Amino acid sequence: MAAKGYVEISVECCKGCGLCVVSCPVKCLEIKKTDTNSFGLHYSFQAEDKCIACKNCAIVCPDACITVYKKTV
Amino acid sequence: MREGYEVVYKRPKSLIETRMHYCPGCFHGTVHKLLMEVLDEMEIVEKTIGVCPVGCSVFAYDYMNVDMQEAAHGRAAAVATAISRLHPDKYVFSYQGDGDLAAIGTAETIHACNRGENIVFIFINNGIYGMTGGQMAPTTLKGQITTTSPHGRDPINAGMPLKMSEIVSGFDGVAYVERVSCNTAGNARKTKKALEKAMKISEQKIGTSFIEVISNCPSGWKCTPVQSLDWIKDEQIPYFPLGVIKEPGK
Ligand SMILES: Cc1ncc(C[n+]2csc(CCOP(=O)(O)OP(=O)(O)O)c2C)c(N)n1
Ligand code: SF4
Ligand code: SF4
Ligand code: SF4
Ligand SMILES: [Mg+2]
Repeated sequence: MAAKGYVEISVECCKGCGLCVVSCPVKCLEIKKTDTNSFGLHYSFQAEDKCIACKNCAIVCPDACITVYKKTV
Repeated sequence: MREGYEVVYKRPKSLIETRMHYCPGCFHGTVHKLLMEVLDEMEIVEKTIGVCPVGCSVFAYDYMNVDMQEAAHGRAAAVATAISRLHPDKYVFSYQGDGDLAAIGTAETIHACNRGENIVFIFINNGIYGMTGGQMAPTTLKGQITTTSPHGRDPINAGMPLKMSEIVSGFDGVAYVERVSCNTAGNARKTKKALEKAMKISEQKIGTSFIEVISNCPSGWKCTPVQSLDWIKDEQIPYFPLGVIKEPGK
């Protein structure tokens, strides 16, 4: 079954602070430690397809990098 | 977008599409974003005028797509008073750090609140002078190490941390005071609600609103952004308890 939601995180906007990672109740976000954006910063990404579209990550993100999508039906 | 999905959260329109200069994890960004969400949702962007301070948020006007005026260090309350009196039909907010609002600007803050000016104060209490390199602020906790309190704040010579919300709530002119934080998603949601409530009170012209946001400064505190959340929970909030301190009709 398709996940209830998913997120898109802007790589260039992200500063890798990790606040979204610890706010996620289903622990599907991670910081990409093996890569950086053009500012030389690690960035957050959705590592597992189990997002429940709760918006916690987007609400705590200080840089407003996250868009949250929810399944319509 | 994947098929069968819809957007349920996106960056607020009035937060200008640019990279904010704040350090990773700094709550200044979070509060800017929540404030712009409120103005967008209430559809009052065009009717709002903000004042920004000296401190890390000195460039707030570059990030919020709202008419804004920069004030000299600590003088935001005086500038906001003038704007509010000259434009009584506008929503006026004053966005200030603790060094700005509670140290150099204490007099302006106290008198504007005592006069009950129709201003929404957004007070970013991160317990430190972030911009200038992490010096002790009036809000620095007892025992907290900063560049100017290398052995920890000593109440014998620095006094105890100033509780601005409790101080201003004693004035008749002040309608609404709430202390909030953004250390969890739940608390960030409450911050947004408080900002919205303050804007609605501004519409009623019944007095000053004062929202104190318990904030972080990972760079000045010399910790990671995630560690700063623990400091807020374990050290700041016990001394600066969250919640409504004063509200209209109560
Ligand atoms: C008249 C004057 N005195 C001192 C300064 C130096 N100064 C700049 S920002 C600042 C304090 C900033 O601390 P705060 O208001 O807590 O903001 P933060 O950076 O922590 O958000 C000081 C003392 C100044 N710019 N102008
Ligand atoms: S919306 Fe909720 S479940 Fe989905 S990634 Fe963000 S915090 Fe996790
Ligand atoms: S909270 Fe925002 S800036 Fe911080 S790691 Fe997550 S997406 Fe990046
Ligand atoms: S120095 Fe502190 S208050 Fe200033 S941007 Fe960095 S973390 Fe934020
Ligand atoms: Mg400060």
